[in-house]
Amino acid sequence: MGEVIVITSGKGGVGKTTTTANIGTGLAALGYKVVLIDTDIGLRNLDVVMGLENRIVYDLVDVTQGHCRLKQALIKDKRFDGLFLLPAAQTKDKTAVNAEDMKKLCSELEKEFDYILIDCPAGIEQGFKNAIAGAQKAIIVTTPEVSAVRDADRIIGLLEANNLKSPRLIINRIRPDMVKRGDMMNIDDMLDILAIDLMGVVPDDEYIVVSTNKGEPAVLDMNSRAGQAYRNIARRITGEEVPLINLEYEDGLLNKLKRLLGLKG
Amino acid sequence: MIDFLKSILGREPAGSKNLAKERLRLVLVHDRATVSPHLLESLKEDLIKVISNYMEIDREALDVQLNRDDDSVALVANIPVLKMKRTYQDAQV
Ligand SMILES: Nc1ncnc2c1ncn2[C@@H]1O[C@H](COP(=O)(O)OP(=O)(O)OP(=O)(O)O)[C@@H](O)[C@H]1O
Ligand SMILES: [Mg+2]
Repeated sequence: MGEVIVITSGKGGVGKTTTTANIGTGLAALGYKVVLIDTDIGLRNLDVVMGLENRIVYDLVDVTQGHCRLKQALIKDKRFDGLFLLPAAQTKDKTAVNAEDMKKLCSELEKEFDYILIDCPAGIEQGFKNAIAGAQKAIIVTTPEVSAVRDADRIIGLLEANNLKSPRLIINRIRPDMVKRGDMMNIDDMLDILAIDLMGVVPDDEYIVVSTNKGEPAVLDMNSRAGQAYRNIARRITGEEVPLINLEYEDGLLNKLKRLLGLKG
Repeated sequence: MIDFLKSILGREPAGSKNLAKERLRLVLVHDRATVSPHLLESLKEDLIKVISNYMEIDREALDVQLNRDDDSVALVANIPVLKMKRTYQDAQV
């Protein structure tokens, strides 16, 4: 039985789609069977981030409305045999899918795949309700900014009200230099405020833009810092314990100790 | 303990992040209280239960709310008292 994980944030543009593409690709690279579902109807993006936009024939709404079989709508990834994408519909509106449809779809996919990752749209409207309907677990993406953290808190409350307990947090676009000079909240600050478990920390990395330009998730690039962070997160999802990468500790206790002992500049 | 260690190991840098944290703390007190309307309702009921041990209050007029200031949030309760109970039980003779 596969695991259905929704990637959500409340606030728009914090990195849900980037996260879904990279974790999904990372899990496929580890050998798992993975399907990514884009539930952002009308604003589909996961296809371009994955570089699969030219292969789309059918979409999510075609499946839920019975215009095609589920298998026909799944697009196979270019790089991994075990990775598939179910794209969002671009022309219909959010009401074309409901929560029941999503539950049915997810339980269907659970039989075939190890991981079903759902890219949630921004907001807390119908699209959000659809995205979480069939999920067993949730990952919340936020950035170290007041508005994003506030929305994340709201989402945590809504997930709990919908029986999605203990979501895990990904802090995206952290800037170690800003954290160091005290102009950006650090990991501990945000965990303290939100009181949830940490899934990982992804640095702000220009390579994300480069990789989106190319349609190749950064997780496959061994030189990208963000890619390394996503590889770690993928392994944590499988249950492996992976320590945070160095930069993720930038302002932690450890570094302060090191600085104090003169081990670090 | 960790906080204590941190405080002796290094000054927290005095950038804008402390402002961010403080503003978030205040806004979340408010958000969390209003997002779940049950919270204030069940708080009200618990208050009535406890207070009724000591005095008779006007349940209908009881009013509980969060008041937000620039740099603080306060829980303000207005509880009209109708009658005081005689608490013989506790009085030492
Ligand atoms: N770690 C990062 N470093 C640099 N840029 C990033 C990072 N993460 C995301 N971005 C950029 O931020 C933008 C928004 O990312 P993305 O589309 O993944 O967000 P989203 O939450 O899915 O947005 P929406 O709410 O519109 O669906 C993109 O241009 C992406 O390239
Ligand atoms: Mg998106």
